Amino acid sequence: MEPTNINNPEYFHKVVDCQHACPAHTPVPEYIRLIAEEKYTEAYMINWDSNVFPGVLGRTCDRPCEPACRRGRIDGQDEEPVAICRLKRVAADNKGDVKSLMPQGPFKPNGKKIALIGAGPASLTVARDLAPLGYEIHLYDEQKLGGGFMRSQIPSFRLPETVLNEEVNYILDLGIHTHFNHYVKSLKDTLANGYDAVFVGSGAPKGRDLDIPGRKEGASNIHIGINWLANVAFEHTAKIGKKVIVLGGGNTAMDCCRTARRLGGNDVKVVVRSPFAEMKASPWEKEDAAHEDIPIIDNHVPKSFVVENGVLKGMMFEKVVAEYDKEGKRKLVPVGGPDIFIEADDVLIAVGQENSYPWIERDLGIDFDKWEMPIVNEVTFVSSNPKVFFGGDAAWGPKNVITAVAHGHQAAISMDLFCRGESMTVRPSPFVNLVSQKMGIHEWAYDSAVVNDERYVVPQAEKKVTLSNRKKEVELGFSGITGFKEAQRCLNCDIQTVFTTDKCIECDACMDVCPTACISFTDNADESDLRNMLKMPALNKSQDLYVSEPLKTKRVMVKDENVCLHCGLCAERCPTSAWDMQKFFYNVTKAHTGCSSHK
Amino acid sequence: MTYIRPKFRHPELPKNKLGYSVDYYEGALSTLCAGCGHDSISAGIIQAAFELNIEPHKLAKLSGIGCSSKTPAYFLSNSHGFNSVHGRMPSVATGANLANRDLTYFGVSGDGDTASIGMGQFVHAIRRSLNMTYIVMNNGCYGLTKGQDSATADQGSKNKSGNVNLFESIDLASLAIELGATFVAQSFSGDKSQLVPLIKAAMNHPGFAFINVISPCVTFNNNMGSTKSYDYVREHVEATATIDFVPEMQEISVEYGKGKQKQVVMHDGSVIQLHKLSEDWDPLDRQSAMNAVLNSKAKNEILTGLLYVNPDAHDLHHMINTSDRALNSLTKAELCPGSEMLVDINSGLR
Repeated sequence: MEPTNINNPEYFHKVVDCQHACPAHTPVPEYIRLIAEEKYTEAYMINWDSNVFPGVLGRTCDRPCEPACRRGRIDGQDEEPVAICRLKRVAADNKGDVKSLMPQGPFKPNGKKIALIGAGPASLTVARDLAPLGYEIHLYDEQKLGGGFMRSQIPSFRLPETVLNEEVNYILDLGIHTHFNHYVKSLKDTLANGYDAVFVGSGAPKGRDLDIPGRKEGASNIHIGINWLANVAFEHTAKIGKKVIVLGGGNTAMDCCRTARRLGGNDVKVVVRSPFAEMKASPWEKEDAAHEDIPIIDNHVPKSFVVENGVLKGMMFEKVVAEYDKEGKRKLVPVGGPDIFIEADDVLIAVGQENSYPWIERDLGIDFDKWEMPIVNEVTFVSSNPKVFFGGDAAWGPKNVITAVAHGHQAAISMDLFCRGESMTVRPSPFVNLVSQKMGIHEWAYDSAVVNDERYVVPQAEKKVTLSNRKKEVELGFSGITGFKEAQRCLNCDIQTVFTTDKCIECDACMDVCPTACISFTDNADESDLRNMLKMPALNKSQDLYVSEPLKTKRVMVKDENVCLHCGLCAERCPTSAWDMQKFFYNVTKAHTGCSSHK
Repeated sequence: MTYIRPKFRHPELPKNKLGYSVDYYEGALSTLCAGCGHDSISAGIIQAAFELNIEPHKLAKLSGIGCSSKTPAYFLSNSHGFNSVHGRMPSVATGANLANRDLTYFGVSGDGDTASIGMGQFVHAIRRSLNMTYIVMNNGCYGLTKGQDSATADQGSKNKSGNVNLFESIDLASLAIELGATFVAQSFSGDKSQLVPLIKAAMNHPGFAFINVISPCVTFNNNMGSTKSYDYVREHVEATATIDFVPEMQEISVEYGKGKQKQVVMHDGSVIQLHKLSEDWDPLDRQSAMNAVLNSKAKNEILTGLLYVNPDAHDLHHMINTSDRALNSLTKAELCPGSEMLVDINSGLR
């Protein structure tokens, strides 16, 4: 193998599994260390820069970082990832004054005008990144408040309104011109208003319906999940029947069933076509539903709504079993026997949501594909009309808040480059730093000891209280002490093991002391051979091998990054400091922090 | 400050026949200098014990005083241990071995502990063919007292402060061959592919098995002019053969060419397979082994690998015809067979 090029920041970035997995590449270990040091404000600001909504995401994020967390790999099945998401909330809950650390308006206008359609996380991110550069930003939304789906779809018992308002207002206070209660009916008209660029962040607003017998007859008691959640959030709906069926297996279904429990549903069931294990909902959301006595009935395909004398009585289901062909493709096969009847006063349909662009005229130079989705560049987020950008769910269908934020950052960079007449394909480099942590013998600037604690559980409020009050937040968040203990579980994967070939005397000390047998000295070979020549075969191919230049004996040092604990013992046992522990800081450049020429 | 070894190990560590993974044979985290060759030897011992499926409670590790003699704290934590007086490990090993012949005895010593203060004890343990493995972690200096030349420092080599050693060095391997050790090997701490099979073969040898391991002192004897530094040893090392130790006789799958392949069958059926690198050396012939050592010394080479082995060795118990059962397992009934037996014995002497 060729020697690893550690001068390419992407190599070490990938070693920081959580940060690499985060769509917005939040510097996770950095803020976790700050939390352990009780520097909550600083931890919050690291988050705010990267993901814009730390308080919201600390409660509701889909957490792609956690399955990626190295901690989950280091001990077979027993070890759980660090509770990264809930630690973020600790920073948000305990922070001091953060507003003074944010960009302070009013900003000197640069003469350019931008429209943002939809006031969800993607648009708000664009607004935050561009406002400090002097753009005149106009934000449109059909609702009376900003936040988009964070407000209409995430129930208050998971995300209190105060938290959402606070973080939305940090952005609106940057001098954004808001146009709430304003449904944009025509993109053509918007473009005609003289905007230099338009960002479409209108989400995937159309809940999928279920066209089966009885749908029309029972319509008054059959609701589209996301619309119903929005009606609850904006207080148009305050009640539901006692017996409720929620159709669907995603997180929206989980929000629907738990909300129904709070609005009078005391016999709420989730019915899903797929097997339980394959449901789209996050495991913790399924657990929360189970905790609130909501059964999840899997392998049931809805056949019809049963309506008698104009009143919905329930639904018929066909029981199926999942079978898989050779390629692993799933087929739901009926098991036979009579259909199953489940009683219901109300049914909530949460079987997916779609984009819908009736308001975008098809003669504006924006190309749409055969699924009526705009064709959007995956790097620049621009459509085939160079003035029109897409991001969030609006670009490629429903994802999640953190993805929308990541889109927003990149779209903002593109819009800024476009408005300045520069090429959008030349992207700004990330901000990178690499600093030795050595302070003395056995002394490091980071807490290198690996703790053995198991993942701490976030305490919850009493069920009796939370079920009777829709707005009462269920999760109480970690206390400062528990937050500290959980933060200590972080392995500090951003403290990199950096190897200097010409200092190495090949004494084997690092190889002998490494607790997880990551380091080998061996003859060089092709990657596939080399992976099997190491002290422990490197079988996790998603993790890289760190290969040195040839050593004096013509061998190479090979480190399997897979289960490195970043404990620093290799560097402590190295007599020549050929190994050093160096803190790697990687931050995605945002429009307002970039080297923009008009700053 | 942290100096704590995490408890996590590689999640896919293999297990040996006893169901233990290699971490079961580990010891405490070493407090020797970072980069000490001794730590590599400790790692080699751990690996060998793991691969030999040794039950930790069936092994006793013994040592004297010095950096080398600290190392039993850093391997085989689940085994018996005795850290004895300086240079007196062979006496303690002799006593322990006579009392309980059922354990595997593993002695660790250094060049000071063996070639200086313990020389008298060392040579007599060899003479007596005590059934043990005796490893010398040889760094050519007194590392624990800041690196004075030891008795194994080569004549003409320079120490860290630039002083040239005036005295002839003691060559422990040739001494051991001379005194009749039945297994003599030499190795280098920086070459585990050779060291681990040697340790395994030594532990299976039914007599005195001696391994002299060059183990650089990274703090006091890794300088230019030293003949025991990492760089010097790497440049001057020559091997007798590549070595593999297999627990039982197997078909030879690789043929290296006539006269090059050599198998030494131990009397428990295990086999040392050698791929000889020099043709005029026969590991079963003491004279030839002696010549090989002297020849390479004359060429300023450090000869490593197996030097000499006598697979039909007999140990001290055999020589003095002790009881087959460990002495410490004999009960009062057997040790004091009663007055009738005494009468019998006495009458036999009449």
